[in-house]
Amino acid sequence: MGHRKYGRKTMAILSAILLTTSLGLVACGSGDKVKETTGKPAQEQKGGTLLFARGGDSTTLDPQNSTEGETTRVTDNIFDTLVQYKKDSTEVEPALATQWESSPDGKIWTFTLRENVKFHDGTEFDANSVKFNFDRMLDKSNEYHVGGNFDYVISQFTAFKGEPGAVIKEVKVLDKNKIQFILNVPQAPFLANIAMPFFAIESPEAIKKHKDKIGQHPVGTGPYKFVEGGWKPNDTITLEKNKEYWKGEPILDKIIFKVIPDNTARLTALKSGEVDLIDGMNPSDAAIVESDKNLTLYERPSMNVGYLSFNTEKKPFDNPKVRQALAMAVDKRGLVDAFFAKRGQPATNALPPSIWGYNKELEAKDYKYDLEKAKQLLAEAGYPNGFETDLWAMPVSRPYMPQPQKIAESIQADFAKIGVKTKLVSMEWGTYLKKTKNGEHTMALLGWTGDNGDPDNFLYVLLDKDNAKPPAAQNISLYKNEKVHELLIKAQTTPDQKVREDLYKQAQEIILNDAPMVPFVHSTPVLASSSKVKGYVPHATGSEKLNDVSIEK
Amino acid sequence: MFSYIIRRLLHLIPVLIGMSLVVFAIIHAIPGDPALMILGEHATPGALEALRAKLHLNEPLYQQYFYYMLDILQGDLGESLRTKQAISLEIGAYLTATIELAIAALIFAIVVGVNAGIIAAWKRASWFDYIAMLVALVGVSMPVFWLGLMEQWVFVDKLDLLPSTGRFNPREPVDGITGFYVLDTILSGNWAGLKDVVLHLILPSIALGTIPMAIIARMTRSSMLEVMKSDYIRTARAKGLREFWVIYKHALRNAFAPVLTVIGLQLGSLLGGAILTETIFGWPGVGRYINDAIAFRDYPVVQSGVLVIAFLFVMINLVVDILYAYIDPRIQYK
Repeated sequence: MGHRKYGRKTMAILSAILLTTSLGLVACGSGDKVKETTGKPAQEQKGGTLLFARGGDSTTLDPQNSTEGETTRVTDNIFDTLVQYKKDSTEVEPALATQWESSPDGKIWTFTLRENVKFHDGTEFDANSVKFNFDRMLDKSNEYHVGGNFDYVISQFTAFKGEPGAVIKEVKVLDKNKIQFILNVPQAPFLANIAMPFFAIESPEAIKKHKDKIGQHPVGTGPYKFVEGGWKPNDTITLEKNKEYWKGEPILDKIIFKVIPDNTARLTALKSGEVDLIDGMNPSDAAIVESDKNLTLYERPSMNVGYLSFNTEKKPFDNPKVRQALAMAVDKRGLVDAFFAKRGQPATNALPPSIWGYNKELEAKDYKYDLEKAKQLLAEAGYPNGFETDLWAMPVSRPYMPQPQKIAESIQADFAKIGVKTKLVSMEWGTYLKKTKNGEHTMALLGWTGDNGDPDNFLYVLLDKDNAKPPAAQNISLYKNEKVHELLIKAQTTPDQKVREDLYKQAQEIILNDAPMVPFVHSTPVLASSSKVKGYVPHATGSEKLNDVSIEK
Repeated sequence: MFSYIIRRLLHLIPVLIGMSLVVFAIIHAIPGDPALMILGEHATPGALEALRAKLHLNEPLYQQYFYYMLDILQGDLGESLRTKQAISLEIGAYLTATIELAIAALIFAIVVGVNAGIIAAWKRASWFDYIAMLVALVGVSMPVFWLGLMEQWVFVDKLDLLPSTGRFNPREPVDGITGFYVLDTILSGNWAGLKDVVLHLILPSIALGTIPMAIIARMTRSSMLEVMKSDYIRTARAKGLREFWVIYKHALRNAFAPVLTVIGLQLGSLLGGAILTETIFGWPGVGRYINDAIAFRDYPVVQSGVLVIAFLFVMINLVVDILYAYIDPRIQYK
């Protein structure tokens, strides 16, 4: 349908490009092997339009005021952050800042900024633009602190400027290309935090011009630019390439993000060629994609965990032996195969393997599914005939828990085999979260999706004693281990990543032995594209820059 | 006729006031401070107080209602919490998408439904009658969700005949002038665009139009059967008129009044009830707009969206009533 006819001149240029790139490849010789399956472009195809279909529309295109992935998926391509996540991991690499250093006490971070970078409106990017943006975000009295709630300032830096607990004290311009962040307290995940798409740098001129309507008129420095009139709400957002992108001109001419709310309809649109790439698939549809040679299947690296929490303050779950016994009665592999269509991996830890600091050695030490041993351990703990308790199941489906009721029933059946009789409990989602955060449950299913790729975001949030305080406990197991706390706090304030990695690995081992929860899955969402799409690498955070994606003609 | 229209318009006033009262009451029945909902948890007390004053939240309820009506009468439907855009500007694009789809669905429903009903009545107790009424029965009880997915499976996936989602091919976007893309492509002479837009309309309008089509077919059939028994039809036949003219000219005219009422009611429900079709076919209509607003607790959009749809519903009923009086002049005097 409606393929654009290309003029003779364009074709001539294209063939010239093709010829040179293929010659270039030949010249590289055999040393530069091109992997077929990962979709690295065998020969770069300039131009073309990528139609990226997704389930919902962006709420705004002002990343600083966003809290959701459908916005950052788009804004990631319009804007840059000072530092960014690597293409295939959550490690941080230079972006608008080329280098950085922190003071020995971890309270002063100095960034050297990239030179000769221009915003899409032609204005120049420099240290003043960075200060302008952070002042907008951090200072509630700033004239341009409008357009939304700047929620991520609170979630990553605790409070706004001048309020108790605020992590960032001030942002100072040293010279045109040097900017300094002065913190009130050292924060080890600071870099990972400012790499989040919410802390993208927007054009100060555009903010001044559009004020609280900036979300409809985004202007950044990223590989693609927003074209006025290019947002048809609930339908499409069209971006055009930024020829002056500091990393070099992007391959595609245009990217169109299109909303198709229904998962099945979205897949149909992909199969018929109406769209090129889809996110949000039913795990069970993965087989259809795999068997179709015109399509390519992708797995997004997991950045979540689904777990069964024990309330360690309630009997008999205050006894580690009981918790360990129950951990042995959870068939992790079976659950992943049955309820995640094998799109996930059994979890050992709350921390997913895609995040640095993951302790791989513990996989061998994890509790093996063994009902006999579980029964034995339960007897040692003083419950030879088991006991009766409740098992809470979430009422809603989440990527880390697609069918919570069914999963609960399956766990219930296994627990019954070792004499632990459970009654399933469910309630409205808001109430469920409130009651589990208040520690009212005995055993409960829940999960967590990370957002900055830092181990702190999982281990401190879910398992530190600081977060085990009802009525707002994120650590719903109410697990309090002094040694773990010491390790996690030390890791939070140590700038050296190697040292932090080691601290997190130690913490994971203690947590595994204490078994305050049974993490059982890191699910991997699936995506699909036409096999003509090359160079697409799904990122764990859910959004990615599409500047080196290409489409074969 | 003129006085009848005036009378009907006057009837509208209490209806519209009642409608606005209901919508106003629903929003005020939601627990919590609207200012807090708009500004979020981190808002300063000063900002909250300023917004409360701006929204007249400190005044008694009847005064708030007065201000609310004043805004609406000036075309100010409030601002979306989510997008910070004026709803009166935002809702236009969604409404035109929904209206275009509803009209296409209605055309399908009328053309197929009325003709199937007529033929079924004409060839009563024939195989056509049985099949048509069986299809109508199935059609009435057809889940739109399932029908839409089946259509996509057959016409897109298997036969590759039609596009599956959206209003046009985004690679070749259509310029919006009025927002009704069929009209826009004709106005700008973009014939390739017109073809694309019409092709995109086919599947969703069939999915959306199937239930009304079935209802219209059944209504037409029973109404026709009644009329065909009357004396003047026998007279028409007796004077040697061809059966086709007897049916389409004489019988249909009298049989059509009840069908028209059904059509009017169906159009109303097509406008408000297209959310499933809009979801499956990725149609950027007002149903999804309001549904998303509910999910995001965007109360001003819910409030104004419901009000606009209710208003359209009332207006359609008015038009139907007037048409009804035109077809059957006796109505005016009742």
